[in-house]
Amino acid sequence: MSGAEFVPLSLTPMLIGTCAAVACALPGNFLVLRRQALIGDAISHVVLPGIVVAFLLTGAIAAWPMMLGAGGAAVLAVALIEAIRRLGRIEPGAAMGVVFTSMFAGGVLLLEQSDTSSVHLDVQHALYGNLESLIWLDATGWASLLDPEALGALPPELIRMAVTLLVVIGFTWLLWRPLKLSTFDEGFARTLGMRTGLLGLALVIVAAVAAVAAFDAVGSIIVIAMFICPPAAARLMTDRLEHQVGWSVAFAVLSAVLGYVLAGYGPLWLGAQDAVSAAGMIATVSGVILALAARFGPCRSRTGAPQEI
Amino acid sequence: MLELAATQGQTVQADTELAASPLAIRGLTVSYGEKPAVFSVDMTVPAGAMTAIIGPNGAGKSTLLKAALGIVTPLSGRVRVFGKPLKEQLARVAYVPQRASIDWDFPTRVIDVVLMGLYRELGLLGRVRPRHRDRALGCLRRVGMEEFAGRQIGQLSGGQQQRVFLARALAQGADLYLLDEPFAGVDAATEKAIIAVLKELKQAGKTVVVVHHDLATVTDYFDHVFLINTRKVAEGPVTRTFTVENLQAAYGGRLTLAQLDQLPQSAV
Repeated sequence: MSGAEFVPLSLTPMLIGTCAAVACALPGNFLVLRRQALIGDAISHVVLPGIVVAFLLTGAIAAWPMMLGAGGAAVLAVALIEAIRRLGRIEPGAAMGVVFTSMFAGGVLLLEQSDTSSVHLDVQHALYGNLESLIWLDATGWASLLDPEALGALPPELIRMAVTLLVVIGFTWLLWRPLKLSTFDEGFARTLGMRTGLLGLALVIVAAVAAVAAFDAVGSIIVIAMFICPPAAARLMTDRLEHQVGWSVAFAVLSAVLGYVLAGYGPLWLGAQDAVSAAGMIATVSGVILALAARFGPCRSRTGAPQEI
Repeated sequence: MLELAATQGQTVQADTELAASPLAIRGLTVSYGEKPAVFSVDMTVPAGAMTAIIGPNGAGKSTLLKAALGIVTPLSGRVRVFGKPLKEQLARVAYVPQRASIDWDFPTRVIDVVLMGLYRELGLLGRVRPRHRDRALGCLRRVGMEEFAGRQIGQLSGGQQQRVFLARALAQGADLYLLDEPFAGVDAATEKAIIAVLKELKQAGKTVVVVHHDLATVTDYFDHVFLINTRKVAEGPVTRTFTVENLQAAYGGRLTLAQLDQLPQSAV
C-alpha cells in the first residue's frame, strides 16, 4: 500500500486506536491488581446520563460539552462508588454494580423522557465508535507529516487522545511508587503517611478520563477490553510489575495495530467484500492475546494464592 | 485555686507519662459497625522493652494496633508516639502487617518488598542506588533470607514471607516496631529467627510491640503484656500481670483447662 493511500485513510485511525488502547491499559494494570478492573465497564455505562444532560443543556452534539458531561458523570459515579463502598462496608464490585446500573438506567430514562429522540445517539455508535471515519483528508502522503497546513487538519480526536495519553503516562510515572506500594500493601502504605484513599480515587479518576476520551473516539468496547485484556495477559508473562506494565503496553499496541489491519483487510483476504468494525476487531485481538497468555504464559500458576487448609 | 492546681498537677503528670512512652494511647474507641471493636482503651508501652498484646480472637488486638498506626480511624481517643502526634513521628515507626492480609500473588520480588521500607528516603522519584540495595540485602541477611532476594514473593513459604516483611521493617530503621501476629502459621526455624532479630532490636534500645497468639511462649519472649478483650483487661510486666486470673478475665470461659496446662509455671 502506498503512502498516498495509507497516510490519509489508515494512519490516523491506527494512531487513535493505539493511543486509546495504551491510555486504558496503563491504569488497567493497577485496576486489575486491585480487583477493580470492572470500573472500565462501569464508567462506560455511567457516562450516558452525563452525555444526555450535556446535550439537554447545550442543545447540540458537540465534542467538548459531551466529554465534559461524560467526565462529570464518571467522577460522580466514582465518588458514589467510593461512598457506598465505605459507608456500606461492601466490596468494590458490589458498589460498582449498584452505581452503574442505576446511573445507566437514569440515562435511558432521561433520554426517553426528554425531547432527544430525534438526535442520533445510537447503540452502534456508543459500542463501536467510528474509528474508520477518523481519517485525515488533507494528507497526500508521508510528506504531509511535515506540512503544517495538513497537520492543522488532523482529526481533533487524535489530538485529544494523544493529550489524554500524555496525562496518563505522566500520572503513572510520577506516582509509580505510591501506586505500587499501596496496591500491594495498603496498611503499610498508610503507616508511611500516604493518603491511600485519595490515591485510589485519583487512579480511578485518571482511568475515567482515559475511558471518556477513548469512548468518544473509539466506543466502549475497546475501553472495556483494554482495561482488562492487555494487563491481565501481561501479568501472565512476568512476575515483576515493572515488566508487566511494559508487556501490557506492547500487547495494547499490538491489539490496536493488528486489529485495525485485520478489520480493514482481513475480510478482503478471505474473499469477502466489506471490512468489519475496527474497534470490535481490536477488542477481539486483545482477547485472543489474553487466551494465548493464559494457555502458554510463563507465570500462570497462582503460587501466592491463599491455600485451603 | 487548690482544686485547679490539683487537676493541673494531674494533667502534667499524665502528660509526662505520655511524653516518655514510645506509644501511649488514651481513651481509644474503634468501631467497624454498631459494636465497638476496641472500647475506651488506655495503653502505655514501656520504652526499650518487648510488649505482647494478648486476647481472644476478635478481642480487638489488630484493631488496636491499626488504630494506633492511623490505618483505621478511631471514633475517639488520643495516640502519642514518643510524646508527639503520630503524623510527626512516622519515620520512627515500622509496621509489619498480618501475612494473611496481603495478596502474595502481587508481581514483585523479595528485594523490591524490602526496598519499600526505604520509601521515605527514596521519595517519589529517587533512584535506587547500590547503597540502598546493599542496605536492603543487609536486612535480608539479618533474617536469613539473602539468597532469596530475586524470588517472586509468592514462591516463598509462609515463614519466609514473614521474614521478608520483618526485613522491610528493619530497612525502615525505626525506633518503635509494631508487629501483627508475626508467629502465626510459621515454621519453628522462622519463629526462632524472628525472635532473635526482635531481641537484637531490644538490645539496641528499640521498642517492640507484638500482637501474639501463643500463650505458651509469652513468658519466654516478652517483658510486658497487655491483655485486651475489647476493653483493657490488664497491663504490666509479665511476671506480675500474666496471671491466670487476668487470662480468665480476658478470655472469659473460652480458655480451656488444656490451654491453662500449657502455660509455664510462672503464670500459674
